[in-house]
Amino acid sequence: MINSLKEKLAKRPDLLKMADIITDNASVLDLGCGSGSFLRLLRASKKIRGVGLEMNQDKIIECIANGVNVIQSDLNTGLHFSDDSFDFVVLSRTLQAVERPDLLLREMLRVGRKGVISFINIGYYRARAQMIFRGRMPETKILPSRWYNTDNIHLCTMNDFRALCQELNVRITEEIPLGHKPAWMMNMRPNLFAPICLFVVERE
Amino acid sequence: MLGRKGSKLKIQPKRVSKDSLMGNEVKYIVEPQDFLFGETEAEKLELDCGQRFGPVNIRYETYGELDAGGNNAILVLHALTGDAHVSGYHGVDDLKPGWWNDMIGSGKWIDTEKYFVVCSNILGGCSGTTGPRSINPETRKPYNLDFPIITIGDMVKAQYRLMKHLGIKKWLSMVGGSMGGMQALEWVTRFPDAVGSVIPVATTARLSSQSIAFDWVGREAITADSKWREGNYEQQVPEQGLATARMLAHITYLSDESMANKFGRELQESGSYSFGFGRDFAVESYLQYQGQRFVERFDANSYLYITRAMDYFDISADSDGDLIKALENVKSSFLVIAFSSDWLFPPAQSHDIVNALLKNGVDVSFCEVQSGYGHDAFLLEVETLGRMVSDFIRNRYQEICND
Repeated sequence: MINSLKEKLAKRPDLLKMADIITDNASVLDLGCGSGSFLRLLRASKKIRGVGLEMNQDKIIECIANGVNVIQSDLNTGLHFSDDSFDFVVLSRTLQAVERPDLLLREMLRVGRKGVISFINIGYYRARAQMIFRGRMPETKILPSRWYNTDNIHLCTMNDFRALCQELNVRITEEIPLGHKPAWMMNMRPNLFAPICLFVVERE
Repeated sequence: MLGRKGSKLKIQPKRVSKDSLMGNEVKYIVEPQDFLFGETEAEKLELDCGQRFGPVNIRYETYGELDAGGNNAILVLHALTGDAHVSGYHGVDDLKPGWWNDMIGSGKWIDTEKYFVVCSNILGGCSGTTGPRSINPETRKPYNLDFPIITIGDMVKAQYRLMKHLGIKKWLSMVGGSMGGMQALEWVTRFPDAVGSVIPVATTARLSSQSIAFDWVGREAITADSKWREGNYEQQVPEQGLATARMLAHITYLSDESMANKFGRELQESGSYSFGFGRDFAVESYLQYQGQRFVERFDANSYLYITRAMDYFDISADSDGDLIKALENVKSSFLVIAFSSDWLFPPAQSHDIVNALLKNGVDVSFCEVQSGYGHDAFLLEVETLGRMVSDFIRNRYQEICND
């Protein structure tokens, strides 16, 4: 069962990496949990206790069918949990779509001890090349929308995110560039060669 | 219906039978049952107002069979004007099925082949359970206003007696919309060990000022009707007052959007203004029809008592308005459902419940269903609601069976 759940997430290397980071029996809040596949995987593989937040009604219905606790909720209105309610708060590829990424990051580390965040790195060389050579806003496979109709209103680079963490007194404990081969290039210059990146953060 | 005595205990809760084929439809015939308790002083029901009350008859219906482990019992809690007849038909010639027939039955969202479903008429009601129009055994007359003021909690205490009577130790789940959801919240706080999971739909943790206001006007309409006679009406019932109360309430169950879609400014018969005060508009005619229909099936005094019980409903009353504290002993898992256009019990009131549950670390899911139907959506959005309810209960049942 765990393998079939992993297969479902094969196209999401960031989620599979996150699943490795999350420890056994942890409590997990998944922000933007979709149909709940990730929480289901964590429950099967790590025996976690989890809840997801999601906006889309059809996804919520799927979560309920999947036996995953889900709350219909808008991430822009804060997280309605007590301080330190969770061991991990997960935010995968959604940071760039919220109104105030800084406020959400702060909320994540209020309700959880660790934040696990993946996002699309707009510092990726292909995105940069589009800016430099075409003089146009980047459009890539993971960013297929046009600048005027995209949900990704707050794209940032890895350097931008590091700077934000510093401003908010957030400690970065892990930094994992993802999605580019050869890996040595990506590991040498992550901000240039990683299309996606994953950060594990906690309060200072 | 007045003061009908309960037929004595029928322990075998199997009352649904497949009966005659009507076209392609198999009509499920269900037989209403009665449970009478509180005939002795010791057995009486202790009400929230302090009074001990009895005897109490509970009219109820059951569907499906209790499994060997007693794990598959589901309680359905009806709203203000509902009754125990939630599914199936009372007879082959019956034209109208129970009020949630699309949701509950063989092969339906709440599958009675798999689950044992119970629904009972609330205390204070007028559809078989003891209420203000029942005969007071001491005076041999209807209680009318001598009936004690009851609360949602009292209704639940009566249901608890029924649960014991049916030999159910714990409900697999319970589901209720509107006032049914209020009962569900009373259940999980008053009897936390008796409820495995709960699905409050389109409801609130405490009745808002706006709802209390609507209830007040509804009761004013009834008590201002000269036929009401301080509740002591006989053959001549306060039809006009009750119909007005219903029309007012009915508006609160709809939404601006659903009324615009259904009626718009459509004119009734003539197609032009009458330049009078009769029914010109389709919506006026609709409301009048709803009012008249209601009078045929509902009792004015019951309406007074039940709306009052709703007014008094506040799950956080004993914890100084602290909803988090009020729900701290809850042991059930929750699926909370609200409807986007419900302005009687707006989604924000469900958010309050959900947030308080989350703060208590309770297992909870929440969905605000997009619907234009207003409060009535809980009876109309059967497909969306059904999917969630069915999956949620299936998963809870599986958990218990795997334990």
